[in-house]
Parts: sequence; structure tokens; C-alpha cells
Amino acid sequence: MKTSYNRRSFFKVTALAGGGVLLGFNWLAAQSMGAPGSKARLGEMTALNGFIQIDVTGLVTIMSPNPEIGQNVKTSMPMIVAEELDVAWKNVVVKQAPLNTQVFTRQVAGGSQSLRQSWKTLRLAGATARQMLINAAAQKWQVAPAECTVSEGIIRNAKGQQMTYGEIVGDAAKLEVPKEVQLKAPKDFKIIGKDTKNVDTGDIVRGKPLYGIDVKKPGMLYAVVLRPPAFGLKLDTFDDTATRKVSGVRQTVRFGDKIAVLADTTWAAIKGQKALMAQWKEGTKPESTADHDAKMLAFLDTPAAQPKRSDGDVKTAFASADKIVEKTYEGPFLPHSCLEPMNYFAHVRADGAELIGSCQTPERARKLAADLLGMKENQISVEISRMGGGFGRRLMHDYVLEAVEVSKLSGKPIKLAFTREDEMTAGLYRPASKYKFRVAIKDKQVTAYHLTGTGANGQNFTRENTFPAGAIANYLVESHNLESNITTAPWRAPITNFLAFAEQAFLDEVAQELGTDPVKFRIDLFEKAKASGAKFEYEVDKSIGVIKLAAEKANWGSPKAGVYQGFSTYYSHNTYVAEVAEVVLVNNQPVVQKVICAIDCGIVVNPVSAINQSEGGVIDGVGHALFGDFSFEAGKPSANNFNGYRLIRMPEAPQVEIHFVPSLNDPTGLGEPTLPPVGAAVANAIFAATGKRLYKFPFVKEMAIQGATQ
Amino acid sequence: MPKYKLTVNKKKYEVEADADTPVLWVLRDHLDLVGTKYGCGVAQCGACTIHLDGKATRACVTTVAAVRNRSITTIEGLSEQGDHPLQQAWVAHDVPQCGYCQAGQIMNAAALLTANPKPTEAEIEAAMRGNICRCATYNRIKEAIQTAANQ
Repeated sequence: MKTSYNRRSFFKVTALAGGGVLLGFNWLAAQSMGAPGSKARLGEMTALNGFIQIDVTGLVTIMSPNPEIGQNVKTSMPMIVAEELDVAWKNVVVKQAPLNTQVFTRQVAGGSQSLRQSWKTLRLAGATARQMLINAAAQKWQVAPAECTVSEGIIRNAKGQQMTYGEIVGDAAKLEVPKEVQLKAPKDFKIIGKDTKNVDTGDIVRGKPLYGIDVKKPGMLYAVVLRPPAFGLKLDTFDDTATRKVSGVRQTVRFGDKIAVLADTTWAAIKGQKALMAQWKEGTKPESTADHDAKMLAFLDTPAAQPKRSDGDVKTAFASADKIVEKTYEGPFLPHSCLEPMNYFAHVRADGAELIGSCQTPERARKLAADLLGMKENQISVEISRMGGGFGRRLMHDYVLEAVEVSKLSGKPIKLAFTREDEMTAGLYRPASKYKFRVAIKDKQVTAYHLTGTGANGQNFTRENTFPAGAIANYLVESHNLESNITTAPWRAPITNFLAFAEQAFLDEVAQELGTDPVKFRIDLFEKAKASGAKFEYEVDKSIGVIKLAAEKANWGSPKAGVYQGFSTYYSHNTYVAEVAEVVLVNNQPVVQKVICAIDCGIVVNPVSAINQSEGGVIDGVGHALFGDFSFEAGKPSANNFNGYRLIRMPEAPQVEIHFVPSLNDPTGLGEPTLPPVGAAVANAIFAATGKRLYKFPFVKEMAIQGATQ
Repeated sequence: MPKYKLTVNKKKYEVEADADTPVLWVLRDHLDLVGTKYGCGVAQCGACTIHLDGKATRACVTTVAAVRNRSITTIEGLSEQGDHPLQQAWVAHDVPQCGYCQAGQIMNAAALLTANPKPTEAEIEAAMRGNICRCATYNRIKEAIQTAANQ
């Protein structure tokens, strides 16, 4: 594959003191020549940036521009550059880039988009550098570049001469940037597709400082903040007499409805926070889960002013149905529970600010900080730390802005930290949501489909153009927004993390009603979509591909004695997933023993971490489906720590088998897609085992589940 | 503020801290040993696991006053070269995702293997139940422990 681009805007070469060369890439220009794929769900289709640095010894440094939240982009993105550059991975050093919009764009971790959106530009970066090195060597040897070959950083010519990248890199930097470069054929990949160890594991297992919470700067104070104890409350007055008596506490700072305690240590700040005496008053009406439930259930019976999608004539189809199946599904608010609670370092000076920490969207954080401070963005530096989990929580910037404001008001460099209690009670949550599904059945066929969704603080709780859009001629999807003063945020696989459960559990019930095998039922629907000529946003062949692979690998329909299977499939974040959950009964209670998962994500860049990520998504999905129990009473959250809020633990984690569909298509992401379908796979398997249908998260509130108790 | 003499990773330290200060914050804020992580503060997640006289202990609920004259080991001191069999097994199995909980997981597992060098799968699960991995790398953690135990 030959690819050309506007070289002047794409490529920049800088000689380094000491003889190396720095190859800078203006990725925005590269991306504008035509990005792969279609529009993204999150953010615009912009591009990524990177650096390659080659020193005279041939050591290659690749800057990893995107924030690392555990999705392993810090390894997989440089792998793609190294592949096209054609260097041995052992000679590559990876460094985390700071926020730098002069050189990079889309330094974002979100929407499972990092690899998908940067695939082509990362390849071009490596291939362009490789071609320049070849051209320089060819010139030196007085041969045509086409006569040269390259492998693992060594260039060879037909006469048997050879040269390393390190030897020629200085000359290469002086050459014109080639107009056209050859990308490798995927069959020739030597790094992509091979298990490559996470570049940070050595530091992680030795306890090196990597995370935002590990940041320490000279003169820094630790800040812990008291926030309203219930949503809807505002700060009236406070007394910090006792706080000031805590040894190590330096000062308190009121900002808005919050009070920051600044101290010499985290512990002193926490003690100071606990010692604050605050009076609260009602700002907006505190809300309870019972209020939310009543409003949302009412929405499910109310037509929306404007449907999200309406095909055919749903009304007539329901009126003439032999049978109507109607079910309602309910999911709670959930905290993100990143194991590293929110924290951020800020040092605001008169002439600028320094920001350091864990944030999925550092560019947006800087913009908001600049707005808050009345500064220009170029007055603010941002370093990106490895994150102890993101899950969507760190797409938000509340904690960054708190740190900035407290540093500004106090005039001190501070590291602001949430306690777990702050995190769980005054943080942000996955919005609660509810869905009502109805289908009309006539002559053993589904003739109409009607979905109404609702949830807190969102304009659309449905995915109206994905499956089963197109498969059913009479099709209506509606959504209602519940305005709530509970603060909400994206949560791993936003919307679909519960919608997929509801849809796929419902379809299982419809298949049962029709007396059809659930796998066959879904394949038939996909075939109908293909034949319909209707517009929809998924590919039928890939959808059926993962369904068949999962069914085959799980030996669907013929489980071992005592094993009960449940099926589910869902397409999200550009990746196709099908899953079979296997449940056994212990003391007549279900235990989730295993999940078999088939995935089509195109080329698998780094299998060892792709499997890790996919498996994590499955177990995360199982955990929150089984145990995630959270509610509000008069604005106050029902739990404030892990002793009152249950997360899945090792004894409850099922075995997970991951199978990738072999593919030469460009890669898509894996941070989210394995999570959405698994709740239904488990619920459908529990039905197979017990005859009981589940309609609400968490399942432990609906039935006894065998396993460890806390 | 009272002063405390501590032994951490075989080195002697003296710190000034309130008696109720959790060892976690002494390690992190006073001694700059930040490998021990804060996750919950109430001994529910295991991210802060250290060894106190060789036994796995949650540093977030253990006060500095309670550890006088006792030997503390943190992830930084688990092995001289960072090559404890568990550390090697963690690399071999490519265990971490975000990695935040892993120091606590390793410290907990190290204490398990000291007490029970050949644990069964059920014994591993029971011993590791107190350590949350929010990324859910549980199966790889289990495999890495089994690999280290078989060395």
C-alpha cells in the first residue's frame, strides 16, 4: 500500500545535540488526508501525534502521546510505529509525552478509540522515517533506494554492504521528506500481532512512582476537601476551629460550597476535613431513588415528542399482533470506583500554572483551567501521569479544577486528593436508566419492535441505529431524559453498559416465546436486516461471524452435564462481540463459572494485552451485573466505601476464554466492547439454570447467588 | 508531635507524626515510599498491603504507634533487585492493566507463599479475597501466583 501526503505540513526534522535526530510529525496534517473508518461516537475524528527519536547507537525512543489508563496504549501505540519503522522492539524505549498541542492532537483516552483513530498515522510515521533512512543510505552507497532492504534497523544493499539506522540517521535528517511511502503488508508484520509485554510492568511491580497520587513537589501542601454531604445541599456556614488545631494543618480555603483543608501530610488534611463543622442548607431539592424510579417508570409509558427512529407502522403491527411481549429493565446509578481516587497537582503562579496528574482528557483540562484562571493555554503546562483506572470518571475535570482553584486561592502548590468516601459520595456516577421493550408477534414472526429508554442527565439513552434496527420492518425507538441534580458521567461503555443487558435479555425471552434457539433467532434477525435494504450502523457479516465463533467455541447447545449456557451479542465502539456465559448450580444457587467471548476488532495489535483488556471487561461486566448496588435517599448515597458497596473479587471471577476473529481489517478498540453483552449472557444462563428471569441490576438483589459473601 | 523510630526495608528511619497516623501515610508522605497505595482507608481493598514482621498487613489501618520496634517491608523492599519470584511471574504473565492495585496484590501473595508455599487454587482465592483489582486481572494474578509457587 502506497500512501502520499502533504509533506511540508506532515513532517519536521530536528537535529539533536549529540548526533541524533528528532522526527516530529504533524499528525493533524496527516490525518486530514483521509482518516480511516467512519465517524466516532466520542469526540471528533481528529488525529494523534508522536515523536520518534533515534540516537547514534540505534536506540529508538518513541513518545507515547495518549494517556494510559490500563488499556495499554503506552505499549501498543509505539508498537505500530516500531513495526513500520522496522526496528527490533528490544531497541525501543517508550516515554510518556506531556500535553503538547503544538505537536500532538487528540491526547485522549476515551471511547475505545486510541488505536482505531491513530492506526494510519502511527504507521505513516514509522514508514516515513524508515524511507528517509533508506534514502540516506542509498545516497551514501550511490545506489537506488529500491535496491536496498531493511530489517530491524539495519539497511542492506545488493552488494552486501550494510549500515545501521544509528550510523545514517544524521544524514537522513538532512534529506527531503519523501512524497510517498510504502506501508507494510499485514502479512509481513513482525511486531504487530505478537505478544509484547507492557512497558511499565517492571516499574509497577517494583512500586515506582508512576501515578498522579505519587506526585510530590517542593513546598507542596496536601489538600482534602469537604463537599456537601448530599446532592442538593449548599454550604451555609462553617467553623474550622477544631481543624486548625490538628497538627500539620496549615489553612482552610472556602471555595463555592466546598472547603479545602491544606496540610503538611495527607493524613493531617483528612483529620482536618473530619474536624470541620459545617452547616448545610437546601439549594435544590434533594432526590431519592424512589423519586427517580417513579419518574422514569412514568416516562416509559409516555410517547416522546420526537422518536429517535421510526420505521414502518408500529401501531398497526401491535394492533394486529397474535401476542405482545413486554418487559421492563432497571439499572442503578453506579460509582466508577477507580482504585486510585481522584487527585491532581496544581501550582498556580501569577504568570502561569503547572498541572500534573491523571486525566483522560488533559487538553480539555487545560482549556478549562485557563478559562478559570483567565490565562492563556500556553501559560499552563500539563504532565500526564499513568492512571489508576479511568472508566470514564477521569473524562471529567471537576477534580482538576478544584486543584487549580485551591492552588490559586491559597497561592501554594497543592496536591488535592479525594478520600474513598469523597469519591463514592460526592463524585460522579453512571446514570441510572430504565428500558421498556415491546415486540409484536404474528404468525410466529416478530412484526414490530418498540423500545422506550430513559435515564438521568442524557439526551439519548438508546442506540437507535444499531441492532435490531433494520431487522424488523416496524420499529420505533424513543428516549426521555430525567433531569437530576445527582452528578453523572460517562461510565465504561456509556449507555450500552446497561442497554445491552436489557436488549439481549429481552431477545432471549422473545426467542423462548417463539420456541426458537436464541443463537438461531439472532442470526435470522441479522439476515433479515441484510435483506431489508434499510439503513443501520453495523455490519451483518461481522455480527454473524462473532455469533458463530462464540457458539462454536462454547459448544453451544451441548454443554457439559450440569452446565447451563446463556447467549448474548453486542456491537459497540466499532467492535463486534458475542458471549456465552456458563452457569452451574451449587446448593441450588447459580455460580458464573465461565464466559466464552468471540471478538472482531480487526487486526489484534498486541494479543497478550488485548486478551487482558477483553477479559477485564467481561469480569467487570459480570461484577457490576451481580453486585453493583447503589441508591440515594434525600440526596445522600447509600454507601461510602467498599465495605458498603460490593465489587467483584477473585473468588467470584469467572474463567474467561477470548477468541478473536482472524482479520486483516484496521484495528478497533477493546477498552469497552466486551463489557456490554456479558450481563445478558449471565442472566440468560441463570434463566437456563433456574427458570428465573432477571430484570434489574444487581442480580444479588433479585435472587440468591452462590459465592463469597463479604 | 511524637517521634517514632521505624525499620522499613531494613533501613532505620525516624519520623515525627501523630500517634494515630496510619503507616500508609508515613510511608507515602514522610518517607517518599509511594509504592504502597491508598485505595479505601478502611482495609477493604488491599492496595496498601505491607509486611509487618513478615505478615500481610493493611497499612491504612495500622498506626505508626503500633509498629515501633517491628520490621516493615514494602513493595520497594520485597526483593533487593526487584526480582522476587512473584515480581518475575507478574512480568511473565503480563498481569497489570492500570497496575494501581498490583503492589498490594504482590505483597499479599508474597505473605501467602511464605506461609503456604504450595497453595491450592481455593487457598489462593481465599487468601486474595481482600485485594480488589478494579480492572479485574484476577485470573492472571492467580496464574502468576501459581507460577511463582511452582518455582
